[in-house]
Amino acid sequence: MATKDEVLTGLADIVNEIAGIPVEDVEVDKSFTDDLDVDSLSMVEVVVAAEEKFDVKIPDDEVKNLKTVGDAVNYILANAA
Amino acid sequence: MTSPQIQSSTGAAFARIHGVGGYRPVRVIPNSEVLNWIESSDEWIRSRSGITERRWAGPEESVAEMSVQAAGKAIAQAGIGPEQIGGVIVATVSHLKQTPAIATEIAQRLGCGTAPAFDISAACAGFGYGLSLADGMVRGGSAEYVLVIGVERLSDLTDTSDRSTAFIFGDGAGAAIVGPSDTPGIGKVIWGSDGAQKDVISQTQAWDTAFAKADAVNGTGEEVKWPALRMEGQSVFRWAVWEMAKVAQQALDAAGITADQLGAFIPHQANMRITDAMIKALKLPATVPVARDIAETGNTSAASIPLAMERMLESGEARSGDLALIIGFGAGLVYAAAVVTLP
Repeated sequence: MATKDEVLTGLADIVNEIAGIPVEDVEVDKSFTDDLDVDSLSMVEVVVAAEEKFDVKIPDDEVKNLKTVGDAVNYILANAA
Repeated sequence: MTSPQIQSSTGAAFARIHGVGGYRPVRVIPNSEVLNWIESSDEWIRSRSGITERRWAGPEESVAEMSVQAAGKAIAQAGIGPEQIGGVIVATVSHLKQTPAIATEIAQRLGCGTAPAFDISAACAGFGYGLSLADGMVRGGSAEYVLVIGVERLSDLTDTSDRSTAFIFGDGAGAAIVGPSDTPGIGKVIWGSDGAQKDVISQTQAWDTAFAKADAVNGTGEEVKWPALRMEGQSVFRWAVWEMAKVAQQALDAAGITADQLGAFIPHQANMRITDAMIKALKLPATVPVARDIAETGNTSAASIPLAMERMLESGEARSGDLALIIGFGAGLVYAAAVVTLP
């Protein structure tokens, strides 16, 4: 089971690869859209990559609730297999 | 006494595409014009869709007219006469007159005699659906040549005040002639549907609902909206990229072809972002040319694959005889993918 730090680091790598955001900018209180400029389609790419990396299902309905990096980290920690 | 047996009908051993042709409306709508309708920017539209301009049909560029123009080019490239066409299949969702099928008028105008002619509704997978039917007709012996047309006037179904779709759609027609071949020219079509996701891409309201509303507000000055296309962008994106990459791979496997053997990848021109993500999901080699007709044509649903195919052949990006992977996907949800030999 991954720790919170491991999930954050893994997520930062994904956001970096897909949206080109420096990993150090991907912090728990940052909003994907407002702070990191991750648009709605890139967000889907992040979600699919996170599903694969953390063995978790993130349904379409849930994606809109993941406003900040922290939301995503917490969702992954709570739902990872 | 033995029971009488029906004599079987036999067709060609294999089928292939003999010709392809397209029609693009005269009127160009650049992003700057779209910005008159919605609060957006050229940069935003380009980054979300890859679209810089689209073509919108004028009053004279009807579904039938655009189809006849595209079909004429496909017939000429195939080097056949229209009287040799034994079937006309028109894939469209934007012929607004429900009956009769627009295919009969098109067949008559082209000079296809009494060829069976009918419309199919399979949205952005319409060309692939038509190709699968045509392939079966040619090999089954019910037609020597079949004309498959994908045609749309999506501008008629566009809500210009909807900032998530106003910039996406375009109009046009693409046509292909499918006929007999000595070697396989159309791989097994991998096609299907998922009605559980019927609302992901849909028409905002039925025509009868719109008319009832118009009656109800008659004289009050309240605006009644014309039915339009709407979609849930994120859900469509996820399905179109990752589910469709699997379907595309199945089409390659069924044809016994590997991605590096392709001379072209021609996905439905839904959105450049979908195309780019699909390339990644498919692990398509960078050496395979990819159709990017959407930049100047917009999303023309059933017409997009034959239009993009024609452009790649005309520009020299792909050549006659090359293998192309085509995949259409859209409202239904429906999909169809196949490996074909380019005409």
